[in-house]
Amino acid sequence: MEIKKELNGSALTVQVIGRLDAGSAPELTKFLNAELDGITELTFDFAELQYIASAGLRVLLVAQKRMNKQGSMKLVHVNETVMEVLEMTGFAGLMTIE
Amino acid sequence: MEKITVEATVENLQQVVDFAMEKLEARDCPMKASMQLELVIEEIFVNIASYAYESATGDATFCVDFAENPDTVFLTFIDDGKYYNPLEKPDPDITLAADERAIGGLGIFLVKKNVDEISYERKDDKNILRMKKFF
Repeated sequence: MEIKKELNGSALTVQVIGRLDAGSAPELTKFLNAELDGITELTFDFAELQYIASAGLRVLLVAQKRMNKQGSMKLVHVNETVMEVLEMTGFAGLMTIE
Repeated sequence: MEKITVEATVENLQQVVDFAMEKLEARDCPMKASMQLELVIEEIFVNIASYAYESATGDATFCVDFAENPDTVFLTFIDDGKYYNPLEKPDPDITLAADERAIGGLGIFLVKKNVDEISYERKDDKNILRMKKFF
């Protein structure tokens, strides 16, 4: 997994590239813990995210809970495989996906 | 039937996934089913790596077998860890809002959603989880 970020004032876009699984999820958690202070708009760009497992879903849920308190969060460019997992787990209904 | 035994650590996940994908590819398993099976294997293997042996480590054995008409794959995971039946876990309530959702419990739920049959057996101090999926 590779993480790229783009910061515009208090809007942060995080591009997650590759696989968000049990091996890589801790790295994204660490990244978000370090970057989310003061952020009011969080966007995950999943254009190049090929695979997500429950460990990745947990990171998204923690981020969503945090952003509910300090602003908003959305997912963009979600591919079909990842979308299917989000739908199966009800995440598609509780997150903003564009 | 073909099998692989590795130390149950997250670092060895890819080895098990690669083993399974190679067999599935040889059977012309469609991409979509392969991706679903990859997710199933990850969730179960990571569970074993995380819970079966507590602070110690131990082995996990993964077996894969096939049947035809209809095309079916049988996956079996065996470990010598403490009793752990993932099927006893209640399914998460997927209709709750983010703030009410629990962080855990999604892995085994995804497994159940992506296979056609799943069963657990405790035998000779081993956890045996068998799954079947049509493809």
